[in-house]
This record gives sequence, C-alpha cells and structure tokens, in this order.
Amino acid sequence: MASTEIMTVNMGPQHPSTHGVLRMVIELDGEVIQKITPHIGYLHRGVEKLSEHRTYHQTIPLTDRLDYLAPMSNNLGYVLAVEKLLGIEIPERAQTIRVIMAELTRLKSHLVWIACHALDIGAMTVFIYAFREREMIMSLYEKISGARMTSNYFRVGGLSSDVYDGFEKDVREVIDTFPGHFDTYEGLLTKNTIWVNRTVGNGVISAEDAVDYGITGPALRGSGVDWDLRRDNPYSGYEKYSFKVPVGEKCDTFDRYKVRLIEMREAVNIIRQALDSLKPGPVLADNPQVTYPPKENVYNSIEGLIHHFKIASEGFPVPEGEVYQSVEAPKGELGYYIVSDGGPKPYRMRIRPPSFVNLGAIEKMAKGSMIADLVAVIGTLDIVLGEIDR
Amino acid sequence: MAENNRAVIKLKEKFAASILDVREFRGEVTVTVAREKVVDICRFLKESLQYNLCTDVTAVDYLGKQEPRFMVVYNLYSIPNKDRLRLKAGVPDADCSIDTVSCVWNSANWLEREVYDLMGVQFNNHPDLRRILMTDDWVGHPLRKDYPLQGPDREPYKGRLS
Repeated sequence: MASTEIMTVNMGPQHPSTHGVLRMVIELDGEVIQKITPHIGYLHRGVEKLSEHRTYHQTIPLTDRLDYLAPMSNNLGYVLAVEKLLGIEIPERAQTIRVIMAELTRLKSHLVWIACHALDIGAMTVFIYAFREREMIMSLYEKISGARMTSNYFRVGGLSSDVYDGFEKDVREVIDTFPGHFDTYEGLLTKNTIWVNRTVGNGVISAEDAVDYGITGPALRGSGVDWDLRRDNPYSGYEKYSFKVPVGEKCDTFDRYKVRLIEMREAVNIIRQALDSLKPGPVLADNPQVTYPPKENVYNSIEGLIHHFKIASEGFPVPEGEVYQSVEAPKGELGYYIVSDGGPKPYRMRIRPPSFVNLGAIEKMAKGSMIADLVAVIGTLDIVLGEIDR
Repeated sequence: MAENNRAVIKLKEKFAASILDVREFRGEVTVTVAREKVVDICRFLKESLQYNLCTDVTAVDYLGKQEPRFMVVYNLYSIPNKDRLRLKAGVPDADCSIDTVSCVWNSANWLEREVYDLMGVQFNNHPDLRRILMTDDWVGHPLRKDYPLQGPDREPYKGRLS
C-alpha cells in the first residue's frame, strides 16, 4: 500500500502567475489542493493613513496607484465621494468625459487581465496581442492626461483640463478597431481545446457563495448574479447609456472569461454613445471655493494666482459628515468611505478594494482542484496586489 | 427621511432598545446600534431584510473627539432591493472588542482581520483572527490616530538641510 502524506508548498511571492507579490502556502495531497493560506501584505503603502495627512486634492494622485491597471476608475470613485460630501454638481461635459475615460480604463484593465490570464494557462499569442492593443489606450491616456499610467486627471468638481482638439476622432479610431481584436482573442481561445479543458468546470463558486464571500464585478456576474453598479446605482450619468450586463451560468472560470469579453464589447458601445452625446461646455463646476481657477487667470492676474495657491496649499473645508460612494471598477465594487470632521483633510478614508475581498474566496474556489488549476483561478479573479495591500 | 427607511422601521420595531441613533446625510442612512446586539441585528438584516452583501467592515478612531473611542462601521447592500444601509457600533478603548459577524457573512472574515490588524479591535469568536497586512510580530496598529505617520522610532522628515 502506498502511503500518502500532505506536502506544503510555497507559491510566490515572485511567482509569475501570482500577479504581484502574493504568497500562498498550499497544502497538497499529491497534486490536489487541501488548504490554501494566502499571505498578503508586502507593499505597505499606507494610502489610507497618508490621506489623513493630505488635503482632498492632494489625495487624488495616491488613488491612481491603488489599482495601477485602472487608475482613472480609482480617481473617479474618490472624486465622486468627495463631491458627495460637498454636495456639488458637476457639468455635463465633465461627466461624459469621465464616463469615456472610465470605460477606456475598463478596456485597458481587461486587456491586461486577458493577457495575463491567457499567459498563465500557456497562451502567449493572446498576451502579446492584448498588450499591443493596450498600448493604443495608453497613448490616449498620455495625450489626455500627460501620463501613461498614473493619470491624475479627474479633479473634485470636474477635470484637470478639457480634452485636446481631435480627441473624439482619436478615440473613435481606436475603439473602431477593438471589435475585430475581440474576435481575434475569441478565435484563439473560446473553442481552443486546451483553453476549454483548463477553464470549464474550474474554480466553480455558486451565486449564493459568491455573494456570501462579497465577490463583486465580473467575477460575481460570472456566477450568474445580475448586478452592476453602473445600472443599479448609476453615477456620472450612466443611466443615459444603454448597455447589456452579461451573466454566466456555470459559475466557472470559462464563464468569467466570457463575461469579461462581453463587457469589453459593451464598454466600446458605451464609449461610442458617450462620444455621440459629447457637447461643448465647461469641465469644472462653478464653485470657486473648491475648484482651481482657469490657468490663464493664474498666469495673468495676482488674484488668480492667490486663488490657485490657497486651494493648492490649504485645501478647502468640507462639511462634517460621512459618505460611502462606490463605482463599478473593472475588478468589482470599488468604494470610498470618507469621514469628514469639517476640515480640509479627510478625518478617515477607507477604501473598499474589490481585489482584496475577491481574493478572500480563493480557498473556496480552488480547494479540491489540482495545483495547476490554481493558476487559472488566480487569473480569473484578476487581482492587483497594489489594491489589496493599500 | 431616515425614519421612512424600510430597514429603520423594522429595526425600531424589533430592536428598539438597541438602536442608539439614526441619521441621514446626503441620502445615506446610518444606524448606530449597541455592540452587544450587533450579531442579532446583522442576522435579522440579512435574513429578513435581504441585506445579502456585506460590502465593507471598517473602523474609525475618534481619539479624544468622542466616546467610545472606536466606531466599527458595516456598509451593507441588498442586491434584490438595490439599497444601502450603514450600521455602526461603538467600541470603548478599555474593552476593545466586538462580536464577529463572519458567521453571518463570510466576506466579514478578511475585512474584520484587517480592522483587527490596523485598528486593534478584537473580534470575539472570529474563526481565524490573525494579522493580515502586517507581520505577526508587528507592534502597534498603524491606522490608530496615536500611531505616528512616519512609523515608530523615526524622526519626522524635516525637509532638505542645505
């Protein structure tokens, strides 16, 4: 009789498929996973603590760096939360541009997801193609905000500046190519025997369990729960656009893959609708206490310079109270809970990171499957460790 | 109005003595409850009022500003009814503990571990209360207001000397 014993294996923190600095202690019976103990906490950037010592505007660049694959979604959640605290309305043009940028960000983030997920399972062509397409969005990012990754483009009350001339044409040119690219990915993967064998029936989590574990975003919709914040609690004028919310049936890795691919197609749809409805107008709220003055005033008048300096150095007071504002980020519900004591800095800022909560379900999803399937489960959760360990 | 909120009406009927405060700010309803009853209230909210998603568990340190010092905050969401509710429970510094709600929602497991790690609030009956972001031997709780921004035993940065 062959005897069996449990073997403990360390996976990560620098394993290429742990998508960052995740370490997992895995107890194995042969190749079958008995227990997973994830060890997170390696980056220690302390964003929540830092924000208590900075003004509301100074915190925006910190939020870029949480989920570095989707910086504008993080910015959006944060500025919406502060705007809710202040009780201010922002102009329609700024809202529409925010939606365009948030959806471009979703494409950008999902492209990295499909690239890495496919690479984890051994499909290198998709990896190279998806990064090529992402580059086009990065170039748009650079033209609009000046930075390729850490955009820092949104402001409390609107945007840091209006978009450049020819923005609409550039975005249309980029998104017009995307449906063809999605067809390419699907052609390479959807009916590929290796892909199907590695993803169908792998990492199953039922709808009830997914909600219980707090999973949100595409991972929850893959489990058949029809819930999307953009449709169910609309913000930034999402109620004006029509889009489908895809849901899965079998609750496995393949369903989550399909859901994200459909979401990318829908993101292109939303961008097209937003571009059609984009009208000229201001991109900053008319609220001099909160928003920066126009740049020509800063350069040409002492009042404008003082105004700019006061907001940049002292910040602005925010009414006492507490709010929670969440957005449908590419990875799920990204929420900001801000407590204000009436001063120019948040008294407490809490970020509800989707990656952190989604990762909590990893043992439930992977227990009992083979160690090689764990790689597919990590990929399908689309985690970013910068967001997990704020 | 907060008084018309469906959860507030039901909670006031069932747990009248444990509801300490009800507030509305910017359209969000916050209910402060007695910490001894937090598990019963959470279970009632999940089972009878369909708050099936425990979005977030966190805490706020009100050092020197108000008593009790800590406020544990639960942000709840009901997917069927599409509405939010915030629940809060005060935790004093002297007995810094509250019962875990991870028996009601599994998502609270990691979220409570984070609160324990960074704020130092104990969660009674938690199945696996270990530090989650800091190392096991870390001294102190970084998100407390009396924990220095630059970390322990370090001089604050004073700018360039030259």
